[in-house]
Amino acid sequence: MDTRKPAAVALDDATVAFRLADNRVYTAVEQASLTVEHGEFVAIVGPTGCGKSTLLNVAAGLLKPASGAVRIFDQPLTGLNKDAGYLFQADALFPWKTALDNVAIGLEIKGAPRAQALERAQGWLTSVGLGAFAGRYPHMLSGGQRKRVGLAQVLIRDPKILLMDEPFGPLDAQTRQIMGNLLLELWNADRKAVLFVTHDLEEAIALADRVVIMSAGPGARIIGDWRVPLARPRDISEVRMEKEFHALHREIWSVLKDEVMKGYAQSSQAPAEVA
Amino acid sequence: MMSRPVLLLCQLMVAVVALALWQFLTTVPIFGRVLLPPFFFSNPVDVASQIVDWFVRGVIWKHLLITLLESVLAFTIGSVAGIVVGFWFARQPRVAAVFDPYIKMANALPRVVLAPIFALWLGLGIWSKVALGVTLVFFIVFFNVYQGVKEVSPTVLANGRMLGMSERQLTRHVYWPSALSWMFSSLHTSVGFAVVGAVVGEYLGSAAGLGYLIQQAEGIFDVAAVFAGMFVLSAFVILIDLLVTFVERRLLVWRPDGAGGHG
Repeated sequence: MDTRKPAAVALDDATVAFRLADNRVYTAVEQASLTVEHGEFVAIVGPTGCGKSTLLNVAAGLLKPASGAVRIFDQPLTGLNKDAGYLFQADALFPWKTALDNVAIGLEIKGAPRAQALERAQGWLTSVGLGAFAGRYPHMLSGGQRKRVGLAQVLIRDPKILLMDEPFGPLDAQTRQIMGNLLLELWNADRKAVLFVTHDLEEAIALADRVVIMSAGPGARIIGDWRVPLARPRDISEVRMEKEFHALHREIWSVLKDEVMKGYAQSSQAPAEVA
Repeated sequence: MMSRPVLLLCQLMVAVVALALWQFLTTVPIFGRVLLPPFFFSNPVDVASQIVDWFVRGVIWKHLLITLLESVLAFTIGSVAGIVVGFWFARQPRVAAVFDPYIKMANALPRVVLAPIFALWLGLGIWSKVALGVTLVFFIVFFNVYQGVKEVSPTVLANGRMLGMSERQLTRHVYWPSALSWMFSSLHTSVGFAVVGAVVGEYLGSAAGLGYLIQQAEGIFDVAAVFAGMFVLSAFVILIDLLVTFVERRLLVWRPDGAGGHG
């Protein structure tokens, strides 16, 4: 791999603030610096409400930082990030389109002929294991199946960067593992740069090359950055048995735990009791 | 729940009992007195023979067709106007803010009072009835389309943007289907109001239509014909409603609750 390629995503001292209804300014993320190299899978982990998704939205161009710079392949980001595909946490499929049309739309809006778009969409549905469900509308699919369609919808455009906002959050534990393996399998084919947000540390270690930890908000900061020493290709359920996995998990958790408690105390407005 | 045939039987029983009671009370004296004087209440046999007579002589078809034509025109014109204005307002919040009080005012007005004005402007032909229907249909469609555009899920919208949709493509693939789905889900209400507009308009002044038929019968105290007109009208509305249900099933296949309505 060419190591001289510019970083896919580079956030430099990015601070994100919102103006609240009563005109106070709420700083969600403070001076976050983060790079995702070409072909690298980076997971961001942090307590609930710490601004992980905010950071992702900055990388997507959906939010503008109050200060600091965002560079995508060494170009300053203006407007939406056209190199990025975004997999949302909530249902984002077009409910009035069938699974096939939902996947094909990414090509159609780029001007591809419909017949060709449908053919490639069918191919993508097959590779996410939904070849037989092309004619179903989203409400006829299970949560996991909808995520698969979402994944195909994003990947068919062949984005250089993949941004994922707790994409498997709403799914049950087994489905999450299956989806994680599917994601790794698809990612392994062409190794896009991935920025993956999750609150699940185990999921982060199992999937990523690097795990980045954020502190509890407001004014969340990046407080840790670990390289994951596990070999690829990985199997999500097996990798969890390995010694390195446990060692790393223990190490990161010792840092993350305090932040989780802080975040919990803030969100519940009650004094935290450390377990 | 009971099984379908049993349910059907029960429903039929309600009609039979009601009709029998009606017939009994209007024809059989109790303690030397008929409880419901036939002059005011007619009786089912007379009403039925009136309906049969209308269909046998064929006089009813003309009136049915006129009412149908007025309803269809009112529905079409009102819907198109409602879609266009609703879409426009939803995408241009400033325009919507300026017109907001006037829309509310116009919608608050009981539409019946407009009938004389429309009769004056458009004559006693079908167009004054169409106009009355339009004023009813327009607001239902308008509010639903407006809401449909406003209530697009922000996630779906952001997804469209991240997939690279331009504003025009967002309109076509996101706003438009959402607005139409809201409009379709109010189809029963708006079609119903189109018929109401037509019949009320006819009743208040016309030379043909089901409303006219009922009004004429009332003018000569022919109570049997009034009831006959009402029954034909109900059957007419039920038939249209069945048609709407059929169309709706086809159009809203993608909805988890295809029958949910926003009246």
